[in-house]
Amino acid sequence: MTDTTSETQSNSETNGHSAPPPGDHEPHEKAEAHAPNGHGGGHGHGQYPHLAHHFDSPQQQFDAGKLGIWLFLFQEVLFFAGLFCAYTVYRAQNPEIFVYAHYHLDTTMGAINTCVLLVSSLTAAWAVRNAQLGEKNKLVLNISITILCAFVFLGVKYKEYAHKVHEGTLWGHHFNPEHELWELDSFKTKHPESAELAEKIAAIQFEGLPKREHRGEHEGSGAEAKAPAAKPAALPTAMAGATDSDTKVRRIQSLLFQASDETLHPLVAAGIIKHDILATTGLERPAKAHIFFGIYFFMTGLHGVHVVAGIIVWVWMLVKAKRGQFGPNYFGPIDYAALYWHLVDLVWIYLFPLLYLIH
Amino acid sequence: MADSKAPPHDAPHDHGLAHTTPVWLLITILLALLFFTVLTVAVTSFDLGAQGNLVVAMVIATIKAGLVATFFMHLAWDKRFHAIGLAAGVLFFILFLSMVVADRGEYQIDIDRHGEKYPFKMK
Repeated sequence: MTDTTSETQSNSETNGHSAPPPGDHEPHEKAEAHAPNGHGGGHGHGQYPHLAHHFDSPQQQFDAGKLGIWLFLFQEVLFFAGLFCAYTVYRAQNPEIFVYAHYHLDTTMGAINTCVLLVSSLTAAWAVRNAQLGEKNKLVLNISITILCAFVFLGVKYKEYAHKVHEGTLWGHHFNPEHELWELDSFKTKHPESAELAEKIAAIQFEGLPKREHRGEHEGSGAEAKAPAAKPAALPTAMAGATDSDTKVRRIQSLLFQASDETLHPLVAAGIIKHDILATTGLERPAKAHIFFGIYFFMTGLHGVHVVAGIIVWVWMLVKAKRGQFGPNYFGPIDYAALYWHLVDLVWIYLFPLLYLIH
Repeated sequence: MADSKAPPHDAPHDHGLAHTTPVWLLITILLALLFFTVLTVAVTSFDLGAQGNLVVAMVIATIKAGLVATFFMHLAWDKRFHAIGLAAGVLFFILFLSMVVADRGEYQIDIDRHGEKYPFKMK
């Protein structure tokens, strides 16, 4: 940093194309570049202790960093695009499993998490303002709230995951739900008549079958441990083993014929009964329901990893903020962290309706 | 002001390196986002036809995403390049999606055959 003349030269060259506005910042800063530097690093940027030596001005440093974070965010969009494509294909192929599976999700939890993330986005954006204005205490407060919201989000997510592990609504071969669709409160409250009809059909379908007894036990004692051998892999191949199946099927079908379209529709949409009543031999579980949970865990899991990464970044920012490093000429890191955080929020804004709010 | 390197220095909220978003605007945006969240939950209880609910949900999500990107992410005052880049990312996203959706039915026979040959078994 001995050749200050060439530095000034390159400074004006770098900024030349962009026609710097006639403010007091640029000339001021160029003048300062000649001053003896204040932090002894030989950087020649005494006025700006946080200006890296390979940048000419805080503006250049800020713009370079901002371009960098945006390039990262562009690829993040494409990165998540792959998962959204997978979601789209599987939903288009098997719409019924998405209808079926979304009853297993807790919309309230999802909505709470959405609000938590939105609030954290506000505090993140507010933190950028605080950093720009050099409001150290408010900055520390806003970053702290952001981190707190991130932990609340993960806490709620943990509750949801734990519930799914308990309920057996997992991916692939681990999918072995504790409760059938019509036994779920979310389904009962939304479609009481359909649930009632399904209960009646189930009573006929599992009548006299050992399966049904086990199912009864499970229903009765709630969280009764999973006796793996006895655990009813229940429905998938409906009625396969029933002996007097013809009579049962006839009774089931007559129930279905008596029901109104409004009552049948939720069950058909979720793949519990077939659209064609005469082809329906009993209640089924959509064969590929595990796919939904594969997608659910992968998408929310990857999003959760981003939240964890965000927490790490924000803790780092909190340390820097507490040291009072940020001010009008150096707030880039807060801005970049906030941009990343907003993208994590953006992904969730789409995930919430796609996973929780299926109609 | 978007095409100049920095916004005019006499702008009320400018603080040198970038635009400073006023607090009232940040809070307004949050309230709008919360409103749309409530709306998107509320609208699920209405049947809007085959894909109607999905379309409405996606429209609301896109409005919310637009609000976050425009105001929280400063794109309204930022260099246009960042907005163009993000739009390009989203366009490529839509391109991938369109190709995949256009193509997905092509393999139904193979999927069905595979399903018959290797039926999914519960553990």
